[in-house]
Amino acid sequence: MWYRSASFILDKQEQQRKDAAESRPLSLVSTAMTENPGANVSMYYETRAAHHGVVTSDWLAQAQAAVAGNADDAAVENNASGGEEKGKKFSVVDEFNNWRKQPELAEAVAAIRALASVIRSSQAKTMMELEIELKKASDSLKSWDTTSISLTAGCDIFMRYVTRTSALDREDFGSAKSRLLERAEKFGEISYKARRIIAMLSQDFIFDGCTILVHGFSRVVLEALRTAAENKKLFRVLCTEGRPDRSGLRVSNELAKLDVPVKLLIDSAVAYSMDEVDMVLVGADGVVESGGIINMMGTYQIALVAKAMNKPMYVAAESYKFARLYPLDQKDMAPALRPIDFGVPIPSKVEVERSARDYTPPQYLTLLFTDLGVLTPSVVSDELIQLYL
Amino acid sequence: MVRHQCACKILQPTNTSPDTIAGGGCFDAEETGRKTIGGCMKDSGEDRCSGKGRCGNCGGKTAGTFGPCVLSQLSQSGVEMKGWTESKFLLSCNKNPLCWVTELHHPGEGGKTAGGNSANTTKSAKPAPQKKDNSSVAASERKGGDRQTDKDRKKDVPHPRMQFDDENRVEKAKKRSVVKQAEARNRVELFRHLPQYEHGARLTDLESKFFQLGPVHPAVYKVGFRYLTGDISGGNARCIAMLQAFQESIKDYSTPPEKTLIRDLTSKINCYVSFLIECRPLSISMGNAIRFLKRRITSLPLNLSESEAITSLVSDIDRFINEKIILADNVIVKHAVTKIRDGDVLLTYASSSAVEMLLLHAHELGKRFRVVIVDSRPKLEGKMLLRRLVGKGISCTYTHINAVSYVMHEVTRVFLGASSVLANGTVYSRVGTACVAMVAHQFRVPVLICCEAYKFHERVQLDSICCNELGDAEMVSRVTGREDINSLDGWTSSENLQPLNLLYDATPSDYVSMIITDYGMIPPTSVPVIVREYGREYLLI
Repeated sequence: MWYRSASFILDKQEQQRKDAAESRPLSLVSTAMTENPGANVSMYYETRAAHHGVVTSDWLAQAQAAVAGNADDAAVENNASGGEEKGKKFSVVDEFNNWRKQPELAEAVAAIRALASVIRSSQAKTMMELEIELKKASDSLKSWDTTSISLTAGCDIFMRYVTRTSALDREDFGSAKSRLLERAEKFGEISYKARRIIAMLSQDFIFDGCTILVHGFSRVVLEALRTAAENKKLFRVLCTEGRPDRSGLRVSNELAKLDVPVKLLIDSAVAYSMDEVDMVLVGADGVVESGGIINMMGTYQIALVAKAMNKPMYVAAESYKFARLYPLDQKDMAPALRPIDFGVPIPSKVEVERSARDYTPPQYLTLLFTDLGVLTPSVVSDELIQLYL
Repeated sequence: MVRHQCACKILQPTNTSPDTIAGGGCFDAEETGRKTIGGCMKDSGEDRCSGKGRCGNCGGKTAGTFGPCVLSQLSQSGVEMKGWTESKFLLSCNKNPLCWVTELHHPGEGGKTAGGNSANTTKSAKPAPQKKDNSSVAASERKGGDRQTDKDRKKDVPHPRMQFDDENRVEKAKKRSVVKQAEARNRVELFRHLPQYEHGARLTDLESKFFQLGPVHPAVYKVGFRYLTGDISGGNARCIAMLQAFQESIKDYSTPPEKTLIRDLTSKINCYVSFLIECRPLSISMGNAIRFLKRRITSLPLNLSESEAITSLVSDIDRFINEKIILADNVIVKHAVTKIRDGDVLLTYASSSAVEMLLLHAHELGKRFRVVIVDSRPKLEGKMLLRRLVGKGISCTYTHINAVSYVMHEVTRVFLGASSVLANGTVYSRVGTACVAMVAHQFRVPVLICCEAYKFHERVQLDSICCNELGDAEMVSRVTGREDINSLDGWTSSENLQPLNLLYDATPSDYVSMIITDYGMIPPTSVPVIVREYGREYLLI
């Protein structure tokens, strides 16, 4: 819109001329790095890409078993070392990374578990100290990856949930700490089980003979579809290719194993196939205060097409993903960039849109399936206000 | 004060002329077999029929509260009421002098009323505000029998406003009003339910009455005067001015003998409020502030001495102004500047104090943006905003509302202020706001409303007609500075011409992207959540 105003075009040209003048000596270096100028690549999406390489569920199971063993050992080690050396060696980020390696575990749940273990292994003697320690751990986790919304939201909600108890007024520090730990572990349990709950809730919406359009690789959505297949429902799935992550390939792999008829579409074929679709089901990286969602690039497009053709759009998201953000438009969020491989070299003058995610406003979403129940988008703000204020 | 006998037999009648009936009380359900009228409304200071039959003061059996409904009640019970009119209302057991007296008069006896003396005028001034800004008495007429004395519930439910197209009540209100108004000529039919008076005569009238307005404190008088002339305008400014005037009057307050502070002060505040309403109808922010003040007064512990109570109230008012208005504005500005990016073109309409603070703060933070100010006749409030912004060095564009769709294509954000935000997310603001929001929505430009939380109201309004304010029609017909445009001179003599000067309009929630309050940035669907969670809080602080 505003690019059309003459004053801005002039300003921009001015700016470009200045930049060109300053960066001329660096241009040689930059041409070498045209393909992946990944200076500010989002770790979150890197991780997902690593997980989504070419992986089968058998591999997954093995990896999980292996990592579980590792995690236990690592946890034991950490605790032991913490006990010996006054807890200074305990690094919450290490703990977090251990948990995170399990591909089935959501990042936020890993963070919550890590923070719970911070409480467990804390050497603090007073409540104030413990809270400060928790706050520091939470901050370090958040700063490890600033672009991941569910991580930030999960940490914030954990802090609110754990510290918002009257148990803290008790004088005995030991009992207060154990109460905190109890709440933390309960929250970890709830978050872990959230996927099951969402899968159960979404069963009512998947009817026999329906066609579901899926975008992006969401473990929650997969769980829901897996449950439906186990309940012997007859349905068909169309999944988008999901470039550049190739998430669609993974989804189709998984679904093929479950004997669910699945059809792969390229991203551009969504509108073409929207006629035969009964509903769209996506996950979310984050749910924002307006009730909209932030999800993999392409979700907004699909939402627009679905709205234009009157198809319901359902989002499956756990409640710890509710974040206190409120984007007004696509560019109003912190950028999360990731490298895009076109397969052929591209000249340096050509800009590439490398954002990994987009924002879908709430008016395009029909319902949210969360572990709090099946909600309309306007309830998100209600929940956030009750929690935060 | 004429005393009549109340059935609790505390007082003996001093004047038992056969021409007057002591209203009230004795109509116990067992005795007469019909619903009692009664329930002294001492706490709420209202004059509604409550139907309970217990004096709220002494708990004795009878205190009758009458409004005009007593006529229908008595006539239903078979008492011959033809020809009787009521002159005052509120009867209850006079054990406590705050319960009032009602008389019914036979018109045959002429001016033999307990009224007609100065004591009566003060009393009549007080019921008038209660009627105007509290209940619609017509509603209570019908429901007189079954209204409960659930005072809290009544306080919470917003009272329907006085409808000015009901002839009876307009007449009665006129008799009781402090300021005599001359009704405007050539009134628009659609807006007959709103008050419209001729602005010209009011000022001189008010001036001449200054020394006769006994019950009105000079500070309140001054504020009312300034409202009338339009010196103070804008939700926050009016609210702060009113609260400070009340503060002055409370500081000068001293309880008269034989009265309790709570009830007397409440009735005084009601009197001031009625005066202010007659100068200019209340804005919703002022209404909320008055509710807060009344709640604080009634919740004063009874054992406080007068000076303690006064200092407590004065400090409460200070705290309200500070927390709910001044600090709230700071929080709003802090949240809202995060939504302004370098290179933005911001549009604002008329003049809102919150938006002005926001723009100045963003400029201080060094953000590069420019502002488009849209203005409209007849108030042309945007000019003052323009002057202040340009004075600080912000590059501004100034245009009339006719051109809003012309400039909207280059705008990135629209910031608007609000007089109030209603429970369904509708924004009630200066007339023209809805227009700007609609055009912005069409151009897919986000619309952000900056509004403090104390302005939220649980009312729901679907259009701009049922509740609005009519300004001076003369200002529409005349263009200041352009004396050569005089085609509308003499509009008063033309029957076919009815100028309309609306002051507010309602913007539907679909056009609003986000509301920025001191509780954070919320979507318009969450306004009732804030009202629900924090409505108690600010009333009780």
